[in-house]
Amino acid sequence: MIEAVGPIKRKFAPWDDPTLKPFIRFENVTKRFGDFTAVDDLTLDIYEREFFALLGPSGCGKTTLMRMLAGFEQPTEGRILLDGKDLSGIPPYKRPVNMMFQSYALFPHMTVEGNIAFGLKQEGMDTSNINTRVAEMLELVKLEKFAKRKPHQLSGGQRQRVALARSLAKRPKVLLLDEPLGALDRKLREETQFELMDIQMELGMTFLIVTHDQEEAMTVSDRIAVMNHGVIAQIGTASEIYEQPASRYVADFVGDINLIDGTVSAVDDGVATLHCAGVDATIVAEAGPGEVAVGAEAGFAIRPEKVQISLEAPPAGTPNVLSGEVWDIGYLGDISVYRVRLPGGSIVKATVANLTRIVERPITWEDKVFLTWPADAGVILLK
Amino acid sequence: MAERGTQGIRPFLAKWALVAVPYLWSLLFFLAPFLIIFKISLSQTAIAMPPYTPVINGIGDFWAKLTDFTFDNYVFLTEDPLYYSAYLSSLRIALISTVLLLIVGYPIAYGMARAPKSLRNALVMAVILPFWTSFLIRVYAWIGILKPEGLITIALQGLGILGPGQQIHIYNTETAVFIGIVYSYLPFMVLPLYAALEKLDATLLEAAADLGCPPTKSFWVITFPLSLPGVIAGCFLCFIPIVGEFVIPDLLGGSETLMIGKTLWAEFFNNRDWPVSSAVAVVLLIILVVPIVIFQNQQKKA
Repeated sequence: MIEAVGPIKRKFAPWDDPTLKPFIRFENVTKRFGDFTAVDDLTLDIYEREFFALLGPSGCGKTTLMRMLAGFEQPTEGRILLDGKDLSGIPPYKRPVNMMFQSYALFPHMTVEGNIAFGLKQEGMDTSNINTRVAEMLELVKLEKFAKRKPHQLSGGQRQRVALARSLAKRPKVLLLDEPLGALDRKLREETQFELMDIQMELGMTFLIVTHDQEEAMTVSDRIAVMNHGVIAQIGTASEIYEQPASRYVADFVGDINLIDGTVSAVDDGVATLHCAGVDATIVAEAGPGEVAVGAEAGFAIRPEKVQISLEAPPAGTPNVLSGEVWDIGYLGDISVYRVRLPGGSIVKATVANLTRIVERPITWEDKVFLTWPADAGVILLK
Repeated sequence: MAERGTQGIRPFLAKWALVAVPYLWSLLFFLAPFLIIFKISLSQTAIAMPPYTPVINGIGDFWAKLTDFTFDNYVFLTEDPLYYSAYLSSLRIALISTVLLLIVGYPIAYGMARAPKSLRNALVMAVILPFWTSFLIRVYAWIGILKPEGLITIALQGLGILGPGQQIHIYNTETAVFIGIVYSYLPFMVLPLYAALEKLDATLLEAAADLGCPPTKSFWVITFPLSLPGVIAGCFLCFIPIVGEFVIPDLLGGSETLMIGKTLWAEFFNNRDWPVSSAVAVVLLIILVVPIVIFQNQQKKA
């Protein structure tokens, strides 16, 4: 049976523990394909038992990074260490990592069993042990009844499970997942995300997932690295990345955001005042650590769910008020999205949770509304 | 009303015409000639025009002369060892040639399928290009290469491997037949193999490597099994016509190579024995068709 490793998920933050050594280390890794630099002088540490996500748009270098760890690509510069051991020169078939491919890459001429047993046979494991392990894996992914089928006789979701079972069968030190759920429909994807987390906890392996789906990354992973043009834009937990994006790129890529440009007119005791000529407003926000200086060009970023929308004017002297006209309403069931047009022509989004079942909403098209938020609701971004 | 009529009848006719074309083709150019051959094979030789009896004139005549048909020619084929040794020799030569073609063709097809995409079409063209020259001329060209005073002898003499008086004797041997067959049939082996190998998903090999399988082994456990449809298609495309091959053994093999195609030719033109040569042809067809049908049924079950 599979040994349970126990509830390590809660309070799991090995990256904050300076005594721990990283399990996987990308050290100044650069990968060029001809003129194109896919990965640019990238350094990244991943810890044992971590569920780590590489998030970014296609072409950002995340897949290349993963393929270098699997051994399918060699770094042009830099090196990759696994458990302190330099991986350079080690071919893919000798690396203690296994990969679940985006296309699943199941062997079409082998049964489900045959696919799962493939890696174990290469190890030279004896038949009875292989059978036990295969049965264990089939149980783990709930495919016991499909052992004798060929991949073309399975549904997309079942194939995905076979691919997962095959990549887990050898109990690799690290499991690489390349867009593992991309081909599944939304419901199944959500279910599988939670199953992946359970499996990772149960087996106590290190998982590295590549995805362009921010929701997926935020759901499954302990930490996320947001990538752009071959470099890491930000590393952090899901909430760090969402609530304290380091740049406009991260703020915009992860979740929905309102970005308002302005000039810093005052900084006082950690609170910055931003003059936004475009929307003819003054915004007060937490300056964050250090670097915001008077006169700097900056952007104010606020998530739509943190903007309050109201028909009544707030009391005079309230900071952070924008007024405008309701331009569009998107009803999504759980929430409604209001797109409010400011006098300057720009649009600010505000979302409201639909807590009651009233069909008529108090705020409707062309209403004059006021948008407000507390000073700590948004962040000032310099880049 | 007229519109409705066109809608109803025309697509119906078009559909049936489409289905009928291949059937009509087979009927006209395969089944009808085969039945004629089969009929002749049941006849007796005669010094006449055409050189066999009975000759049927009309359907009524057919019933009247039904008793004249015999299976004597087929019995005769079993009595003269020439025929079964020619069949066996043909099958042996075809089998060896097909294996040789597979050994030569597989690496070529593999190399083509692994070549950069921009090069692949040019490589396919290169394989097809020899077809632009007549088959007969290309086989004749091999005579010039293989004959004792031919290009191989000249080249080996020039390199000093052979002395001035020495010659290479390949021409008029079975080796020359194998060379000619492998050369002539190579495209029929390479193209289906290439089609199968080109379709092969390269990530399967990455997956195999990822699971600990070194490249040489993954060729045998992934690439080769997945290219089997191409291997089978290529082998059939080569084996079947090689069994009945006549030109290559006649031009390159001399008198020592016994093949059923040559025997048939000799029976037909030299002996002017149409009934026996027809029987030879019918038996050849059965030898080739029966295994194919069995194989195809097996494939359907699998």
